[in-house]
Amino acid sequence: MTDAFRNRIDLTFTVNGEQVEATVPAGRHLIDVLRLDLGLTGSHAGCEHGVCGACTVLVDGAPVRGCLTLAAQVQAAEVWTVEGLTDTGAVADLQAAFVARNALQCGYCTPGMLVAAKALVERETVPSRAEIREHMSGNYCRCTGYEAIVDAIETAARARAGEATE
Amino acid sequence: MTIRFDDPNRPNSYIGRTVPRPNAGKLVAGQGRYVDDITLPRMVHVAFVRSPHAHARIVSIDVGDAQAAKGVVRIVDGTEMATICTPWEGKLAHLQGMKTPPQHALAVDRVRYLGEPVVAVVARTRAEAEDAADLVVVDYDPLPAVTDLMTALDADTPIIHEGYEDNLCFRRTNEAGDVDGTFAGAHKVVEGWFKSGRHTGVTLEPRAIVADWKAGEAELTAHVSNQAPHMLQVLLAKHLDLPESRVRVVCGDVGGSFGVKVHVYPDEVATAALSKMLGRPVKFTADRLESFLSDIHARDHEATGRIALDADGRILGFDVDDWAAIGPYSIYPRTSAVEGLQVTNLIGGPYAFDHYRVRSSTVFQNKGICAQYRAVGHPVAVAITEGLVDKAAHEMGIDPVEFRRRNVIRDDAYPVSTVAGLKLEGLSHEKSLDALVEAMDYDALRAEQAELRAKGIHRGIGIASFIELTNPSPFMYGIGGARISAQDGCTVRMDPDGSVVALTGVTEQGQGTEAIMAQIVAEAVGIRPHMVRVVTGDTRVTPFGGGTWASRGAGIGGEAALRAGRALRDQILEVAASMLQGKAAALDIRDGVIVDAETGEDRLPIEEVGRIVYFRGDTLPPDLPRELMQTRHYITSNYPYAFTNGVQASLVEVDPDTGFVKLLKHWCVEDCGRIINPQLVDEQIRGGIVQGIGGALFEEVCYDAEGQMLNGSMADYLVPMSGEMPDMVIRHIETPTEEGALGAKGAGEAGTAGAPAAIMNAINDAIRPLGGEVTAMPFTPERILRALGRIRD
Ligand code: FES
Ligand code: FES
Repeated sequence: MTDAFRNRIDLTFTVNGEQVEATVPAGRHLIDVLRLDLGLTGSHAGCEHGVCGACTVLVDGAPVRGCLTLAAQVQAAEVWTVEGLTDTGAVADLQAAFVARNALQCGYCTPGMLVAAKALVERETVPSRAEIREHMSGNYCRCTGYEAIVDAIETAARARAGEATE
Repeated sequence: MTIRFDDPNRPNSYIGRTVPRPNAGKLVAGQGRYVDDITLPRMVHVAFVRSPHAHARIVSIDVGDAQAAKGVVRIVDGTEMATICTPWEGKLAHLQGMKTPPQHALAVDRVRYLGEPVVAVVARTRAEAEDAADLVVVDYDPLPAVTDLMTALDADTPIIHEGYEDNLCFRRTNEAGDVDGTFAGAHKVVEGWFKSGRHTGVTLEPRAIVADWKAGEAELTAHVSNQAPHMLQVLLAKHLDLPESRVRVVCGDVGGSFGVKVHVYPDEVATAALSKMLGRPVKFTADRLESFLSDIHARDHEATGRIALDADGRILGFDVDDWAAIGPYSIYPRTSAVEGLQVTNLIGGPYAFDHYRVRSSTVFQNKGICAQYRAVGHPVAVAITEGLVDKAAHEMGIDPVEFRRRNVIRDDAYPVSTVAGLKLEGLSHEKSLDALVEAMDYDALRAEQAELRAKGIHRGIGIASFIELTNPSPFMYGIGGARISAQDGCTVRMDPDGSVVALTGVTEQGQGTEAIMAQIVAEAVGIRPHMVRVVTGDTRVTPFGGGTWASRGAGIGGEAALRAGRALRDQILEVAASMLQGKAAALDIRDGVIVDAETGEDRLPIEEVGRIVYFRGDTLPPDLPRELMQTRHYITSNYPYAFTNGVQASLVEVDPDTGFVKLLKHWCVEDCGRIINPQLVDEQIRGGIVQGIGGALFEEVCYDAEGQMLNGSMADYLVPMSGEMPDMVIRHIETPTEEGALGAKGAGEAGTAGAPAAIMNAINDAIRPLGGEVTAMPFTPERILRALGRIRD
């Protein structure tokens, strides 16, 4: 690591609706800022390589990989994690559907799954199962085999669209 | 009083129902507490300098620059580590002839696999520890690496361990009947060659430990992502020279385990030792590269086999020679010999025949250590068996379902002792096949397949019957001297308000252990499941038990919970009878109310018993027992294992131009005995199937000839993602075990056991008319194109 890389930066941004100020190493990634500096351990690191999706959080409304996003990139941004989304009830229906359908086992992938799925259920139209599978294909789950996750998202999407589920 | 499980209208009928998991709510809210989430005061972090060679002598270690680096607290090498932590040997006494050398927490003098921990660097942060680890200079003298399975025992192959005559860890031949004579005289003999790739668990949460030695209390607390806390407690105590009661292992939320987290790992033991050295908490969390290098690997088998048939297509015998490559050490304490051992027992498992010979040879390699991973040996044995069976059916011109119907052990034949030596209490292969055919609409699918074939679309249907070992007795490990508990226990305690805390020795890694324990205790006591708080994974408070592995949680832990719950109920009723001046036998507990057993009429709320016992015990007769806390332990005794059975089917479409396999649908009919929670069982099966599919189609840890890993990242080691996975239809047959009152067998591994064979048979069903056949997993597009002759070089 070079000295320049070791330098620290001052960050001001919003996390879960709260203004946050922090001084962090410049090379630090968002997932570490959340977990180590802010104690928001709901978001997880699975690969630190951009592949597994466990670190997915919302930055300015879009799902991003917390392990690929440098702290400096969230300066002045609005970040939402599973903790905040839980508090506001923004994904309460998805969470309830995940629990009802047992769309989680160990739960390690779940916060990332919920954030990724949020974008899908907010669309105007109800996604097909194939679309759900495709959209979620950046989020790895070793436990469930995915079908229950697809079911849960489908249930939540239909409910939001006012369609009855079977 | 026994519970009438067959009556769905019985009171408190929670066993057999889909009840939500009590711990799911916190996990969806991001309130899980996994090991890496834990931060303790004065905690420091360890990073390991790992061997860059597959095999080398350690000439010297220079930690000078590293020592001076920012944040460094302590640097320890293998020699120093060995002064406070004794080495171990993953051996079982009953596996005759097995050998494996002592393994140290940090390598001493020699490294024998890529990624073996050599030096531990402790610093204030993980980043500082990693930076300093980069500054440690280890001078290695490389030695030739042994990396090929089939030549591992050749005379000119270097021997990995000094003092050994060869690279053989363990060999077993299981033979019965007249194999040579039977094959010589058979109507037909069909042969095959099979390979299972080396794969690994890729738990999304990497292995992690926070070890916290408190000198003042002379106690080590280890928060570990693990599935066998008491085993780890005992072994940490042994190797760090502590009384077992002074080691507390806590397994909170575990982010997937699948057998990866049931073993003793050098880096984790080193972390515990470092905490003892430093007198402060030390954290180790594997990063993903470390996971690929140092988590256990599994499978890596190659086998030739043949099956003998009579003129009616009846199986006469199996003859298989299986080879398995492990790392340079057998895993501790379970050994790496068990996967091969299972193959020698499980070949031909579903079928009736009289002549059997299976040999398995487990050899050392300079690669990562292979060990028990979900379904241990079953996917290998089922692929060999079902591959041969399918080929036999094809060559005899018999439909694969019909061929299996002719050969499976009849449902009314049990109990059965098989030619391989397995004791089977009760299985349902015939009923399972019937249910599968119905669920699939088999004939219609076959018709559709033929129709599409005419249009140049190549679909295949693959079937795989299987048996699965669950509920192991001490015959698995304890008999060999390993301190791995086959019994398990449960303590239930009624609090004054009538709610119950249940402490169990089995653990939760997402299967739903806590849910089924709550259901069982609720039904046993007579209260609602939400009134039961289940506590798992803390050796300080839970009864000594084995943890969750080999699909034992429901069958063993569940039976203990049932008995403890019944004992508590009886105790509550005894007190209530005294209070009501009646007879306990005339009372029952329903929905938390003590009622007249005959009429169902309310007599007393259960919390009134709590109030009297805990706060006004003076009003009860002095000699009345009043322990509203009961513990029961359970161990199986009639059968060494409770076998389950099932059958899977896969529908695939193969593109002969690209070699791509599209999974269209998957079916599984499974018989795990009494089902406690149907949804949880289904999801265990689904998750297991997808893990099996991973091994069949994508997953392989690749090493080059020098023992360097070629794909140690999630971008390069492919795992199943949602896009490619099929929907899965799950059906059940219930043949409860009669060993306990609960009747549950395990369900956690059946999906993984059967899926690879089903996929293999489906692919071959699709490409056989094109002249191709694949038997080496994973079935990559390249391998399929080669099988079809589309690429040749
Ligand atoms: S941890 Fe960020 S994608 Fe895996
Ligand atoms: S629930 Fe365990 S990784 Fe998805």
